[in-house]
Amino acid sequence: MEVTLALLAGFLVAAGAYLMMSGKLLPYLFGLTMISNAANLIIFASGRLSYADPPLVAPGETAVAAGAANALPQALILTAIVIGFGLLVFALTLTYRSYYVLGTIEMDHMRAAEPPEGQG
Amino acid sequence: MKSVILSAATRMLVPAILALSVFVFWRGHNEPGGGFVGGLLAAAAIALLEKAEGRARAARALRFDPQSIAAVGLGCAVTAGLWGGLARGTFLKGMWPFYDIGLPFGSIFLFDLGVYLVVLGTIAAILFALEDAVSTDADPGSGGD
Amino acid sequence: MGKPEAGDGQAGLWRLVPAVLAAAAFLWFAGFVGPVSRGATPEAVLPWAPSLGVEFSLRLDGLSLAFALLIAGIGAICLLYAAAYFRSDPRLTKLLVTLSLFAVSMLGLVLADDVVTLFLFWEGTTITSWILVGFDHERASARAAALQALLVTGLGGLALLAGLLLVGGEVGSLRLSGMNAAGDLLRAAPIYPWVLALVAVAAFTKSAQFPFQFWLPNAMAAPTPVSAYLHSATMVKAGVYLLARLSPAMGGTEAWFWTLAPVGGLTMALSAVWALRQPDLKMMLAFTTVTALGMMTMLIGVGTPEAVLAAMCFLIVHALYKAGLFLGVGMIEKGAGTRDYMALGGLRGALPLSFAAIALAALAMAGAPPFLGFVAKEAGYAAAGDLAVAVAALVLANALMVACGGLVAIRPFFGPVRSPKARPADPDWALWLGPCALAMLGLAFGLAPGATERALVGPMAAAVTGGPIHAHLALWHGFGAPLVLTLVTYALGVGLYLAADRLRGGLAAAEPRLPRTEGWYDAGLAGLTAFARAVTRRVQDGAMTSYLRRTFTAFALLVWGALLLGQAFRWPSLAAPPDLIDWTIVILIVLSAGLVLRTTSRLTAIAALGGIGAGIAIVFVLYGAIDVAMTQLFVEILVVIFIAIAMVRLPATGPMPFRPRDAAVAAALGIGIAAGTLAMLGTDLDRFMTTFFETASYPQAKGRNVVNVILVDFRGLDTMGEIAVIVIAGVAAVAALRAGRGALR
Repeated sequence: MEVTLALLAGFLVAAGAYLMMSGKLLPYLFGLTMISNAANLIIFASGRLSYADPPLVAPGETAVAAGAANALPQALILTAIVIGFGLLVFALTLTYRSYYVLGTIEMDHMRAAEPPEGQG
Repeated sequence: MKSVILSAATRMLVPAILALSVFVFWRGHNEPGGGFVGGLLAAAAIALLEKAEGRARAARALRFDPQSIAAVGLGCAVTAGLWGGLARGTFLKGMWPFYDIGLPFGSIFLFDLGVYLVVLGTIAAILFALEDAVSTDADPGSGGD
Repeated sequence: MGKPEAGDGQAGLWRLVPAVLAAAAFLWFAGFVGPVSRGATPEAVLPWAPSLGVEFSLRLDGLSLAFALLIAGIGAICLLYAAAYFRSDPRLTKLLVTLSLFAVSMLGLVLADDVVTLFLFWEGTTITSWILVGFDHERASARAAALQALLVTGLGGLALLAGLLLVGGEVGSLRLSGMNAAGDLLRAAPIYPWVLALVAVAAFTKSAQFPFQFWLPNAMAAPTPVSAYLHSATMVKAGVYLLARLSPAMGGTEAWFWTLAPVGGLTMALSAVWALRQPDLKMMLAFTTVTALGMMTMLIGVGTPEAVLAAMCFLIVHALYKAGLFLGVGMIEKGAGTRDYMALGGLRGALPLSFAAIALAALAMAGAPPFLGFVAKEAGYAAAGDLAVAVAALVLANALMVACGGLVAIRPFFGPVRSPKARPADPDWALWLGPCALAMLGLAFGLAPGATERALVGPMAAAVTGGPIHAHLALWHGFGAPLVLTLVTYALGVGLYLAADRLRGGLAAAEPRLPRTEGWYDAGLAGLTAFARAVTRRVQDGAMTSYLRRTFTAFALLVWGALLLGQAFRWPSLAAPPDLIDWTIVILIVLSAGLVLRTTSRLTAIAALGGIGAGIAIVFVLYGAIDVAMTQLFVEILVVIFIAIAMVRLPATGPMPFRPRDAAVAAALGIGIAAGTLAMLGTDLDRFMTTFFETASYPQAKGRNVVNVILVDFRGLDTMGEIAVIVIAGVAAVAALRAGRGALR
């Protein structure tokens, strides 16, 4: 499954990058989401996969039973998902606000910070 | 744009989801769950309530200003860190003062509670602000309020 | 605000705190004079980056101690002076803080024994100097001078780091004392010429040697106490210090002599001539400072024990009299309203203390007996010996210093009374105390040359030559060549003084026709700016999509570069081929992503995005990551809710035509990521951390859910950072939503 996930992550990155380069606000956000999903998949695959039990210590034991899933990438991804969500929501509010302030959803027309030469 | 069905379902669902979120948070140290998942679940409940019953109802259900909830959460986490730091000299060192009498309360529980509150408060704050903006902003093309 | 006089008088005794601290440091260092003169070298070492061999190490030998005493002592005087000079100026706090930071940096510079420590403090002096030169930042000329000082000396700082790290690699020690012990090895090494060039650039920029000399007169834009402290007494001597410090490691070769001596001599002669050109006393002193630095550089380049002794003696003399003169000129400016000697005259009655301090310092500068200046000058002549060119340059420079001494000590104080201020008078004690003390000290050292040599100059020279010195300082050397040269110097100096006005006119007339070394700085800066502008115009076209395209292209190049040029890798085994469930999920995700790519309906796109997220959540469930799966699922729900709310107000995206160029970039990146991930999967998995967490989670952290225990306990600090980021993102998002509505409408 790792190999499949690697190919899937590559596909998601390609699709996300293509969407982000479209220059439109909503597809940009969709692309961003896809790339952060792909990053999580890569981290997950790096810990190697099997149909395994979650990394829980059974009652009465002191350590996780052999063959359980790798806990480390899971901890990394869990916070990455939440941080990625925070980033996405922040980007969304910026998108929304910049549409209202600048009156366009075409990112290439948003030139408040770098006005075209001659209009500075 | 209120839907009666959604409204009725929400009234039953939201308390259940909120209770579930507390449960998921509570058992998170030993079973799947924890502050992140619990907080997200509670935020989802608030979002559902907001969509069905409106922003005022959702804000009332939350009782406190969402950004204050997030701030208190961050405060809990810092306090948990300082607790271990002052008692053992290591910031965020786990402290379990009641463990011997069977209560799993301690600095780690406080820290996880902080995570729960931060996630819930932040998401609710952005949700309300976005809803406010959407409901008061005019169309940019219409040329004024 | 109600009491404008509140800043005056005794309102702020705190103003004296930096001066008192510096004086205490001076006394503390003075306690080391005895032990160090007997050969002790106290050290203090703290490990810093042990894996790189870098440590924070300080070492006190004769050279360091003399510098430390100058820095602390003159620092105390200048800090006191500054506190009085800027008494009612609101910028006083900034001035005192920056000056104190400078003093600490400078002390660190001369005490450092480790190369990185030295560099750190070296840059500290550069940066504080930049702030202080630009103190009057409302004036464009002060800003330009500050930037020039920063860029020129900053260039030298980089050369210093490069040079010393090369030395460190060659001799295997990052300690200056270690380098000095391995001098023979270094001098024979093939990199020696490069190292010498780099160190010379560092020293020449910092100590304003040709062709970098121009920044120092420009730096006179700084306030008087700053000029006295940084740009005459201490910081500009850092280059000389560096050369002296590295003499045992690098000195004594032909290349050393031919690099330092001609540059020092040329700088000395040229700047002495230009000093006569300046009607502004402070500018004149600035040029004679360059003269003095050139003299020290030349003598260190000569490198004989006599020359080093002369250089070190002159270094002490110069620090004392030049700081005194700068502060004295500041007193004239405060007392009489200008520092242009053409507009001053006859003030000895009105400003008796200024006159006394300046006259004593000027006598030291002119090299009159029995001042230490005389001793140093005699030693210099003796050291130059049979190097005719050097002797001629020394005579010329010394004669011009006699003339300048005359100009600063005679012109403002004799003749008919002239002063822009109606009632010129000496300023108060905090201003005259320092210059007078410095002048007296110069006289006292001169009267006791033997003691001065034993306590200060001898140990300094010994540290520079790497062994005991057999030459000696004395007021009376008997009849000989030095005495003749001194008499010639005096005669020439008096002649130049008398002809000063005519010479100044001639130099001013000739100035526009002469080449300026500052030209390369101006041209370089202009070229750099033009280059930056051209690049910016080309690269920064203001279109977001171009930036993204370049970012993704660069990312793809990096990934492919690592794959093709990096270590060989093996592909992962396909031992466990995906089964039906896997395929189902993967196909669901791929189809959803394809739908997001193709659809023009926003609702469809959001639903498909949810499909991707749900599919990934199922992957997490299947492969034992139940916590992650729950998180993914709830986040996906919230993402859809948020985008749906915002979408109500956002217009439809409209049709998106196929863009072949973007598709090519995206494909290159995607294939690279996939290949890179496969290469990563081909490596062996190290389960060390995982095993630790699995076995320690319950016994140590009392939790059975390992993922949660990692998050809230083992890696709690990471999580704390993460929730802080979430809070910050939330505050920023709420602010963006509430503020700035309709700003551009």
